[in-house]
Amino acid sequence: MSGAEPVPAVAAPVRPGAGPWRQAATRILRNRSAMTAGAGLFLIALVCLLAPVYAGSIAHTDPFVSNISGTTVVGGQEVQVLQQSTEGLGLGVTPIGPTGDPGHYLLGADNQGRDVMARLLYGGRNSLLIGVSSALLCCALATVLGVVAGYFGGWIDAVLSRFFDVIWAFPVYLLAICLSVVLLTSGLHLGPVHIDAGSLALPIVIIALIYVPYVARPLRGQVMALRGKEFLHAAVGLGASDLRIMRREVLPNILPTVVVFLPLMTALNMLTESALSFLSVGVQSPDASWGTIINDGLALLYTRPMITIAAGLFVALTAVALNVFGDGVRDALDPNARLRGGA
Amino acid sequence: MIGYILRRFGAAVLVLFAISVLVFLIFFATPGVDPAARIAGKNADPATLEQVRASFGFDQPLPVQYLMMMKHLFVSHDLTSFVNRGTLVIPQIMDAVPVTLSLVVGAAVIWMVLGVAMGTLAGAMRGTLVDPLVMLLGVFGVSLPVYWLGEVVNLVTQKELHDSVFSWVPPLGYVPLSQSPGQWALHLLLPWLTLALLYAGIYARLLRGELIQALNEDYVRTARAKGLSERRILIRHALRCSLIPIVSLFGLDFGALVGGAALLTEVVFGLPGVGKLTYQALQNLDLPVIMGTVLYAAFFVVLANAVVDVLYARLDPRVRRA
Amino acid sequence: MPDQPILEVDDLRVRFRTGGGHFTAVDGLSFSVRPGEVLGVVGESGSGKSVSMLGVLGLIRTPNAEISGKVVFRGRDLLALKDREMRAVRGREIAMIFQDPMTALTPVYTVGWQIAEQIRAHERISKREARDRAVRLLDEVGIPAPGKRVDSYPHEFSGGMRQRVVIAMALSCNPGLLIADEPTTALDVTTQAQILDLMRRLRTDHGSAIVMITHDMGVVSEIADEVLVMYGGRAVERGARRDVFHAPRHPYTWGLLDSVPRVGGPRVRRLPTIPGTPGASAGGCPFADRCTHRHAACEEVPALTGGSGHLDACWLPEEGRERIRRGDRSGPEASPARQSARAADEER
Repeated sequence: MSGAEPVPAVAAPVRPGAGPWRQAATRILRNRSAMTAGAGLFLIALVCLLAPVYAGSIAHTDPFVSNISGTTVVGGQEVQVLQQSTEGLGLGVTPIGPTGDPGHYLLGADNQGRDVMARLLYGGRNSLLIGVSSALLCCALATVLGVVAGYFGGWIDAVLSRFFDVIWAFPVYLLAICLSVVLLTSGLHLGPVHIDAGSLALPIVIIALIYVPYVARPLRGQVMALRGKEFLHAAVGLGASDLRIMRREVLPNILPTVVVFLPLMTALNMLTESALSFLSVGVQSPDASWGTIINDGLALLYTRPMITIAAGLFVALTAVALNVFGDGVRDALDPNARLRGGA
Repeated sequence: MIGYILRRFGAAVLVLFAISVLVFLIFFATPGVDPAARIAGKNADPATLEQVRASFGFDQPLPVQYLMMMKHLFVSHDLTSFVNRGTLVIPQIMDAVPVTLSLVVGAAVIWMVLGVAMGTLAGAMRGTLVDPLVMLLGVFGVSLPVYWLGEVVNLVTQKELHDSVFSWVPPLGYVPLSQSPGQWALHLLLPWLTLALLYAGIYARLLRGELIQALNEDYVRTARAKGLSERRILIRHALRCSLIPIVSLFGLDFGALVGGAALLTEVVFGLPGVGKLTYQALQNLDLPVIMGTVLYAAFFVVLANAVVDVLYARLDPRVRRA
Repeated sequence: MPDQPILEVDDLRVRFRTGGGHFTAVDGLSFSVRPGEVLGVVGESGSGKSVSMLGVLGLIRTPNAEISGKVVFRGRDLLALKDREMRAVRGREIAMIFQDPMTALTPVYTVGWQIAEQIRAHERISKREARDRAVRLLDEVGIPAPGKRVDSYPHEFSGGMRQRVVIAMALSCNPGLLIADEPTTALDVTTQAQILDLMRRLRTDHGSAIVMITHDMGVVSEIADEVLVMYGGRAVERGARRDVFHAPRHPYTWGLLDSVPRVGGPRVRRLPTIPGTPGASAGGCPFADRCTHRHAACEEVPALTGGSGHLDACWLPEEGRERIRRGDRSGPEASPARQSARAADEER
């Protein structure tokens, strides 16, 4: 009974002999808030994936085609989707508000007469897609760079670390804006990589790149700490190649941290995407995302606030669910994992 | 200590140089992009293009181009916007800086005070209702899009409840501090709170974690064995040590806010700061303005980081020699 | 009143509520310490020695702990004191030193500040005076250039020097009792000897009684007047150092003594160990599961009994313990019980 506070550990009883991943899975299955968040995420993703079904079979609209002079049915009466504005000089038009009828503009129309609900679902597909794929790309890149920097040390580490430092000190939004502004109209053509202007891959790549240091720096620190451990010396002594040691010894040890970062990065990336889209340098028309819809709704904020509110709620709910779920994964796998020293 | 400060600012200059090179490369050397066409703006005529090429030395090697850009930015201050024919960029930025600083400094004060208070309370009152509330606010802090929250605040205070509870809220916009301190604060109050609330949640949650960890440290047990009061142990020992990582994160966040994240808040609340300037430049792809704001923002970020690091060294004696 | 104990602990019990029931860390511990005396408390990790001392000082903070019994210090029952009154005792009348000097000091304050803080928590004295006293204390515990080092931060000291600082801090209010929880364990051997030297000297100079918690019989033999051997939260043997070292009575004490390597004396092929892993047996004598002399009587808890100040808690016959112990030591063949215990050990 030394040093530590003499309180017997009250760790959740986990079946002995189970591997660390299985133990973590058991722990997270018992974590009620994390499971609730996970179920919520699943639901949101499912609903968004069913967007074409909603647009085609329920709302009967194409949310990517303007419907400026169209009509719809509210309470049995045929009305204009875009109504003549009664305020001011009567020159503008106000889109129809929420009708509460899933078949006819459930959440109203935007200023081009498109069904807001259908657009939200389609936009959600893009928001989720960008969030998840950029998180995967970012973590993959960061893992490679973090492991290489931490494992080899020396000048490789010095170069990579300085590079991380510079990007770290650079406000992420500004970096993303710089990249987007330059790449937006011409696309990215770098060696074998060709991404067309206006493609969804552009925001994915940009967002993944700007957050690489967030993930790579803590991973590098972990690998550095591993380097002093006996089992690595043992592997070196057995004559294993660097590549093999990195793959077989180092990677499995830092993988839990990477997994912890994934949901948290997905939330962060989704929020970044929505902010960039809001600034008109993210997802490009005619594609939609929750960010672009919030931006669309801005002009109508005081007359048809539902557009902005609903889109923002979708973003907020998804991000909350991702963060709560991510915290559960963190508690289960690697309680000390920290993104950027922060939450 | 002086040696440390000098070293820290030396490093800051290096980082600034690296950032300026990075920005330069992004704008001028991205493969497949004609920088002259981008700088001249959409639908520029051949004469403007020619003017841009000469002014930025696009027929010269890259290092020379870099030096010419730096000269326009920092020496001759004559970087001009081609989209808004002939507007000088630097004076515009200089006019916008006080607005951004007003917003960010005010919000930072509020969020640090709130965050530290809430975090300490939650750490000290574990097991009571305060704790989960702070945790919840922390989750919202990292999850709500700040610009959207601003929109909702606007909707409520400018329209829905403007005739009753929020009749005192002035229209969106900015009044300089020198003109009327009262109006300055009144116009900035809601932007401050919007920005501060989310950060306060994040910081409270972070501080709570640090504090709980610190309260389990050996030195806290030593402090108890010394016969100190719980209050003194909490504040002078545990909190004092827990603030160290908070301050270093504050440096990053403050810099990031001055540099960009406040951009969204400025746009939403109609504050003519650097962020709003950037936003307008983005709307019509006015590259010289974006270049200018990015580099000036980076300057503030790096400066803020250096200042915070020096502060950090005052807080934590262990880093002074490192 | 030199024979009046300064600290008298009677039937101290510490229980923790855990996820699956209760865990008894200290089970009916009784002992006393006279002024100026050094009591060595020995036992393996988990024997309850640290927890019992933390309990004495009211430093067990978790709401899951239940503490009962009597802890009388200078005529007052500490367990009955209010928080406020207890704080006045801690640090002034009873000081405690912890195992790891590297983490025991708050990293962001100078050592002088931390010593002065303790003095000013208990005495009305100016900052200046407190600082001067800190310098004198640092000098006393053998820190070179104390006038300069008083403004150094903990990270600027080596482990041994830091433990000296901790000791100086503990002595700052001239406590009647000093509880030292493995103060030398985290230090290298030379430094250990220096710290023990220092503690012996301070005990003479200040006249404080010392409770020295350790798992190291060597440390006890160097410094203790009285010895208390703990196992599974209970005292299994208690007596004067001479008696415990020369005529140990409990099989657990035998095991502890046998596992200390000796210079001189016959060479042993393999240093004897106590079979099994630490932990109290369920019901009965806590040591029964690991004891080579276990028999039917051990199903019940033996009381701590004995004459002339040397007590033990064992069901073995009063007479002839030394003979039983010799038989134990002469080799595995001599004791079938031991053999089977070792076999079980190897199977694991």
